[in-house]
Amino acid sequence: MLKLGVPSKGRLMDKTFDWFGARGLTMGKGGTEREYSGVVDGFDGLQLILLSAGEIPRELAAGRIHLGVTGSDLVREKLAHWDEQVEELALMGFGHADLVIAVPSFWVDVETLDDLDAAAAAFRRRHGFRLRIATKYHRLVRDYLTWNGVADYQLVDSQGATEGTVRHETAEAIADITSTGETLRANHLKMLSDGPVHASQATLFRARNADWEGGARERLAVLLQRLGLD
Amino acid sequence: MRDKSAERAEAAGFLQAFLDAGAVPVETDILQPAGTLLDLYGEDIRARAFTTQGPDGEAMLRPDFTVPVVQMHMAEGGDPARYAYVGEVFRRQAADPGRPAEYLQVGYELFGGDAPEADAETFALFHRLLSPLSTRVTTGDIGILLAAVSGLATSQARKTALLRHIWRPRRFRTLIDRYAGRTEAPAHRRDVTARADPFAHVGPEIGLRDRADVEARIAALKADAAEPPISKSEVELIDDILRLRAPSDAALQTLRDVAMDMPSIAPAVDGLARRLEALDARGIAPESLPFEGSHGRSTMEYYDGFVFSFSAAGRADLPPLSTGGRYDALTRVLGQGRATPAVGGVIRPALTLEAR
Repeated sequence: MLKLGVPSKGRLMDKTFDWFGARGLTMGKGGTEREYSGVVDGFDGLQLILLSAGEIPRELAAGRIHLGVTGSDLVREKLAHWDEQVEELALMGFGHADLVIAVPSFWVDVETLDDLDAAAAAFRRRHGFRLRIATKYHRLVRDYLTWNGVADYQLVDSQGATEGTVRHETAEAIADITSTGETLRANHLKMLSDGPVHASQATLFRARNADWEGGARERLAVLLQRLGLD
Repeated sequence: MRDKSAERAEAAGFLQAFLDAGAVPVETDILQPAGTLLDLYGEDIRARAFTTQGPDGEAMLRPDFTVPVVQMHMAEGGDPARYAYVGEVFRRQAADPGRPAEYLQVGYELFGGDAPEADAETFALFHRLLSPLSTRVTTGDIGILLAAVSGLATSQARKTALLRHIWRPRRFRTLIDRYAGRTEAPAHRRDVTARADPFAHVGPEIGLRDRADVEARIAALKADAAEPPISKSEVELIDDILRLRAPSDAALQTLRDVAMDMPSIAPAVDGLARRLEALDARGIAPESLPFEGSHGRSTMEYYDGFVFSFSAAGRADLPPLSTGGRYDALTRVLGQGRATPAVGGVIRPALTLEAR
């Protein structure tokens, strides 16, 4: 039996069901609206496991599910060496969101990472501590800033309402997910022009560490053919 | 499964050799306060070290011995002083998850004394211990590069920015290219410095980085725009230093030539000459010692003078068996106003075992 983890609620779940539905696999929640088990019609040997999107990367890494649908940002953030643990089978074309670095709009001197780096150096000299960037995407943001040679910053954890941290003076800049930039503008923030840290979308992943013996590998080959991914 | 008792026995041999060379054995805590390490290395250290909660807040499992040993010496040590230590260090192996995250390090640090003599004494000790193995040695001198940048005919602000990124080669190159006029300043920078009121219609002032910070940076951008480019010949001299790969005697000749056009590096080149003499006196011929102008730039952030590493010959898959160098500036950062010359190095016994 092939185990497929899909998001257990909201638009991400509906869109996932639509995506598989468009390819001839009818999926839905089993029983009542509140029950977290799923059913698949039109494909034998595939078990649907409804999970929080944030837990799917961990379940994939542990090999407890063979396949999983979740945001590419969550996999990159939560799994070290993500590409050694999972394989991207399909970019699904929905759930688009960009992880961006944003700074106050009135920082007219800062448009790029280059500016942010220079501003961070001057900020540390004047204020005596490293410029704070509030985020919950620590790994993605740190790797990105390291690669781009930005120094003299620190990441401070923010699990929600991140756009408010600058006004409340618990951070000088933020790194967060945005789809339209509306919340950023409402909080007098602007994104850097270098492009996003990561452009995320819902992605179908294969767990490299799952048990692929006992017919699972063959079931996957059939599934990929049905999905047009072979 | 790697054999920890063999690793420990290998480490004990190196430690004894350091003690025989006159070092005092020292111990440090495994749990180190995270704040000091973060302020030194920046957020990047989180990708390399294990963070946890200690009794006094955030702590890291000792990623190296140098920082606690320097702190201990600056608090209570005399001059000169030689220390040796052995113990576990902990590293997240971000680049290579196959490498162990916990391994022994044996180290030797020498504080005080005459720099070229101390460099030669330390290097000769490591050389003697590691030359029975089949190793490839590389040396360099970050101090020459620092002196070259400090002596550029350009503004202090530009020199400070370049010095800050000596250890980040990509960012360093971007800055050099811009300061040399090889690439244009981004358009938004020209715009913001040209506007009569740059703060018109840009939203309210929020956060701790205030209007004064922004105005100071605009003033800095204006000053930088008025600065003439760094000359082509100076950039070429920097590149000559960075590209240099030669036996130490030939490298010294090249650097003496560079110093004719760039007198700021002359004292650092004299230091190299004196170090080579001191090494020669200890039986290590300069022509046998490879020198690389950019050695130690991307991996060993706190070294600011002599640097060296020993790698297993024919084993490009292994990290260096041993690295070391001079870190005078680190003692100033950690010494609360005091500083002392310092040089040292570490050996990874698990790797010398693999190389045997």
